[in-house]
Amino acid sequence: MRASLFITCYNDTLYPETGRAVVRLLERLGVEVEFNPGQTCCGQMHANTGFRGEAFSQAKRTIRLYRDAETVVIPSSSCVAMIRDQYPGLIDELGNAALRREFEALLPRIYELSEFLIDRLGVEDVGAYFPHRVTYHASCHGLRALHLGNRPERLLARVRGLEQAPLPNLDRCCGFGGTFSVKNAEVSSAMMAVKLQDVLATGAEYCTALDNSCLMHLGGAMHRQFAGMKTIHMAQILASTESVPAEAFA
Amino acid sequence: MSHAASHAVLDPVFAQPFPQAALPVLRNPQLRKNVAHAIDVIQAKRAKLVAEKTDWKELRDAASEIRAHALENLGEYLEQFETNCTAAGGTVHWARDAAEARRIIADILRQENAKEVIKIKTMTSTEIQLNPALEALGVSVYETDLAEIILQLGGDEPSHIVVPALHVNRSQVREIFARRMGIKDLSDDPHALTAAARNYLRQKFLTIPTAIGGANFLIAETGAVAVVESEGNGRMCLTLPRTMITLAGIEKVLPRLADLEVMLQVLARSATGERMNPYTSLWTGVTAGDGPQSFHVVLLDNGRSPMLRHKVERQTLKCIRCAACINACPVYRQTGGHAYGSVYPGPIGAILTPQLMHLEHAQSLPYASSLCGACYEVCPVKINIPEVLIELRAQVTDRERKEAERFFDPLYLGLRAANLIFSRAWLFTMAQWWGRLGLRFFTRKDGWIHSLPGVGGRWTMTRDLRGLPDQTFRQWWAARAKEAR
Repeated sequence: MRASLFITCYNDTLYPETGRAVVRLLERLGVEVEFNPGQTCCGQMHANTGFRGEAFSQAKRTIRLYRDAETVVIPSSSCVAMIRDQYPGLIDELGNAALRREFEALLPRIYELSEFLIDRLGVEDVGAYFPHRVTYHASCHGLRALHLGNRPERLLARVRGLEQAPLPNLDRCCGFGGTFSVKNAEVSSAMMAVKLQDVLATGAEYCTALDNSCLMHLGGAMHRQFAGMKTIHMAQILASTESVPAEAFA
Repeated sequence: MSHAASHAVLDPVFAQPFPQAALPVLRNPQLRKNVAHAIDVIQAKRAKLVAEKTDWKELRDAASEIRAHALENLGEYLEQFETNCTAAGGTVHWARDAAEARRIIADILRQENAKEVIKIKTMTSTEIQLNPALEALGVSVYETDLAEIILQLGGDEPSHIVVPALHVNRSQVREIFARRMGIKDLSDDPHALTAAARNYLRQKFLTIPTAIGGANFLIAETGAVAVVESEGNGRMCLTLPRTMITLAGIEKVLPRLADLEVMLQVLARSATGERMNPYTSLWTGVTAGDGPQSFHVVLLDNGRSPMLRHKVERQTLKCIRCAACINACPVYRQTGGHAYGSVYPGPIGAILTPQLMHLEHAQSLPYASSLCGACYEVCPVKINIPEVLIELRAQVTDRERKEAERFFDPLYLGLRAANLIFSRAWLFTMAQWWGRLGLRFFTRKDGWIHSLPGVGGRWTMTRDLRGLPDQTFRQWWAARAKEAR
């Protein structure tokens, strides 16, 4: 099977280790990974801030780019949610019938990482080893837009050495919200403080998620507050093995 | 609230933008505690009662379809309501905006020679700022809902549409009642507080012959008006007075009486976490010798009909004011209601208020959300609030583009630049390189950025940012491919 990796703009720039982990993980599972260097951004930031025309041009670009891909894997729930929930409206308003057909043909081949592993590859045990206590933070988009359910926890449950520390109030937003975090910085910070209390109280060594955006928010606060917890994208946990631990490709 | 006395009337025209308006609340730990505690209690009750309903999904679908159908045929159903209500002895008035509604109500009171009125809780009357207008005409207005009494006597404003005094705690209620009712040794025991309110109210119910209320639903098929409530004050206002005036938004209409079967089930569970609300009153026009003999309905548009034109915005009018979205909102949980500068706070307020204001005011409200989607998940009539928020953000941005000063806004410039950058992969690659170079200046020895200028400073206010890695993913990929060759 071939999978085209849409790494997303901020993972590419800020969290390349997540991308390297996805490549390592998928190749270990026998998937041939491709990377289209033409890729930039799905348009989420512009769409959610009200820049509809700009969001549409990025959407159009992204759809065209992956036209011929067998499958597309995206290690970011919110970018997948952007494509599934917002592209149709943007195409309705600014696109045409041809683009809509292209989009509809592409849509069923787009997967968030945990969906790809469980729904497409049919694996829960990815052969990972990560001997740490980990708490899983469900991003709002993964939870309520993609309905990932317990897929993430099922994947973590099969990681050898990993001890899960359940996070209370799992469905509560961390307060990131893209440009919300700067437009409403004070409110965003207050929401983050509430979330961080729950996260830190788990006593885990790592907080993981399927979105680096939430982790950038929580991790940035942890670093500011000298909290002894680290953040790590779930791809890095799943890629980690006894011979090549997560730190090796971080 | 501590700053209740200085609190201006909730008016989107004069309200500060949301980020600034939220600041006093964020600095008030007692208030935040009151709000978080209250909504956590309601949320837990709601979750339990929704979970016990095995057909919740079907109920929710049905409620959504009933409301959507009513709105698609709104004109027809409103006329049907008018015909049936009039035939039953009621008088129906149509108000284009708040000023017209206030004028109609003032005229009715003048004809009735009413100098005092009792009121059932109605957020719509707060929307049109009815109380101050009536007081200015020399009419004394007495709220009869417990929470509304607390607010009226305390000189405060509602912070929630179902539990308007949610931000006020017991000891604050005791203080307000003792001061305004002149009770020296009042305890803050809930029984003592409700007994004080009961004494205060009883005399009003027995002596004031004119009442004003709202409507939860208007029934087109029969011309009936439905009000649901918890305290029985509404029932008193609907039976004792001689004159009853109902103020209702035009969207409140339901086609058939039987639709209440669905709506009442989802409303009580979503609003107060009860299987059924304690008092459900339905009345149709005037019945000789029983209840008010003069009955008026004022149908209020006030910015509603333009919302009907568009599929996305129209959803807003499906709202049945249960406040489930408000209780589920992590933003509201931190800020409470007053920060929204409108009688309608929380997610529903963030989409309703700017539209009622024709986007001339309250433009900051569509941005007062992290788009977490908790509101949509709990909405019993399936209003996709995040979708409407994004639509309104686009409308606000489209308007702002036309304003010259927009071009000095760093966030606007940044997003425009980003769009250009995202249009070509080579530009994006170059921007990544420049970004790394630029941020290196701010990156400390530990590899983290602790402080940034401008918009970035809004981030580093409370959060660090990891410095940009030496190699982007695409660089790593290119290097790896080269190696493989």
